[in-house]
Amino acid sequence: MTEKFPPGLALQKVDERIMTLNVGPQHPGSGHMRIIVQIDGDYIVACDPDPGYVHRGEEKMAEYRNYITNIPHLERPVIHDSCNVLYPYVLGVEELVGIEVPERAKYVRVIASELNRCIYTMYWLAIYGIFLGHSTMFMWPAGDRELLIDLMEKMSGARVTHAHFVPGGVRNDLPPNFEDVCLRQVNYFEKRIKEYSAVFYDNPILIARTKDTGVLSREDAIRLGTTGSVLRASGVDYDLRTKEPYDVYEELDVHTNVMKEGDSYARSKVPWLDMLESCNIIRQALQKMPKSGSVRTKLKPNPKGKGLNSVYKRVESGRGSLGCYIVSDGKTEPYRLKLSVGSFRNLIALPYLLKGEKLGNMPSVYWSLNYWPVEADR
Amino acid sequence: MMSSDSEKPDADETQVKATPTAKKPEIELPAFEKSISDKIVEKFGDKVEVTFVKEDRIGIKVGRESIHDVAEFTRDVLNYDHVESVSGVDYPQDKEIEVVYHIGSYSDSSLARQILVLSTRAQREENPIPGNDATRLPTLRDVFYSVEFHEREVFEMFGVYFEGHPDNRRLLLPEDWADLPPLRKDFAIKGR
Repeated sequence: MTEKFPPGLALQKVDERIMTLNVGPQHPGSGHMRIIVQIDGDYIVACDPDPGYVHRGEEKMAEYRNYITNIPHLERPVIHDSCNVLYPYVLGVEELVGIEVPERAKYVRVIASELNRCIYTMYWLAIYGIFLGHSTMFMWPAGDRELLIDLMEKMSGARVTHAHFVPGGVRNDLPPNFEDVCLRQVNYFEKRIKEYSAVFYDNPILIARTKDTGVLSREDAIRLGTTGSVLRASGVDYDLRTKEPYDVYEELDVHTNVMKEGDSYARSKVPWLDMLESCNIIRQALQKMPKSGSVRTKLKPNPKGKGLNSVYKRVESGRGSLGCYIVSDGKTEPYRLKLSVGSFRNLIALPYLLKGEKLGNMPSVYWSLNYWPVEADR
Repeated sequence: MMSSDSEKPDADETQVKATPTAKKPEIELPAFEKSISDKIVEKFGDKVEVTFVKEDRIGIKVGRESIHDVAEFTRDVLNYDHVESVSGVDYPQDKEIEVVYHIGSYSDSSLARQILVLSTRAQREENPIPGNDATRLPTLRDVFYSVEFHEREVFEMFGVYFEGHPDNRRLLLPEDWADLPPLRKDFAIKGR
């Protein structure tokens, strides 16, 4: 029967016992994606994630634009983490074109990247809170996020989509007095997020709902190729900032947060620990940054890659390793550009984790994957 | 005496000639990456072609008939354990579509920085019927479980059917997409 249909279409048998539920794409609990779950009573027997509702063809668009005009649209997949999304692309173009980055620009990038990581994680935490019915955890991160958005606005001129990183450095130098303001805000921010542990992470209701749900073992985390907080919550010590340091991360003391449990609780706590670590990194970078100097090596107009060449660069974003594969054929546009994003790589764990869980645990497991539908679809 | 005299300048000349064309590859190649690529070449001989060896990245090109064996070798002997990314690249002038696997390792700390770029090529059809034409490759899902969604994406975006993949459905595109696979070069954005 099914062989008559083209790939992707098939008739489905209706079972009397198993009910099929569509969660999404308009359901507020799933973001812009659909999860098809089959339930037996209250238990999930199968789950089929169906992303693609916000697929915009970023990779195709990139083949039509030159290396500079690609910058503003490539950050669209995750506008809250726009610096980290651009980071591997910018590093890749720098290698293709062969351009050196001034020392001060490298530090500015690290600061911007860590601020963006916190901005993204706070947004994610707000969503995680509200879908577990904890509205304080929605309000607090959404409010405290503004502190860092203000900093990014001072730095780049834009509140959310910065387009601040360019091949050769960053677009603008820091405004006068930025270091002091940044240090003050980050210290206050750190004090604030430490208060979250009392209201959220030590909250018995959260612990009851997330402990021992959706357990991903260390072996499976590796086998499924998960990344970022999902991987580190399963006990794998892997963070590109220490394993393959880019720019000036080598000179900074970066601590990797690892938890061994591999359940939803661990996956929700690792990003919070990462934010505390980000505050440490920002303070170190502010201290070590050269006080003056150039922040941008100017490119010639219409930079070109050299011949048929390819480069694969990766950075640690808010959702894990983010790789950018650029194939250049010596023209001003990339021949092919591929973003290998953390959300897409972690999605493979979802059917695996939901099998056998109660339907009521679905939001806590799904959002603990640190999944951003727009990024996964590109 | 005569012969040695005539040999010596000859040898010098070839050296001088060889250095600018090859750009001293022997000296610049990073040792650790070279040792890995040497192991693969030693095992598979001329079935594999080393495209580049640079810091933290090794490029290996294989034919479609040996990609499965090479992938198994990298997993079992070289300790790579997951695939980060699977990308298709369309080469209409060669009538081929390249599929590139970026393979990394979490469990072996000496390979934490390394990415093995394994690429192979599939035949490209002028008028593709995705799933029912000659654009086919063996799947690597039984070697690296992590390629599952990546290969589904390459199938819908390039029309490369992965033989042996248990779930060759569409992923990102709508189920009723009836146009060319969109990331092929002959699929043009309207107005461009």
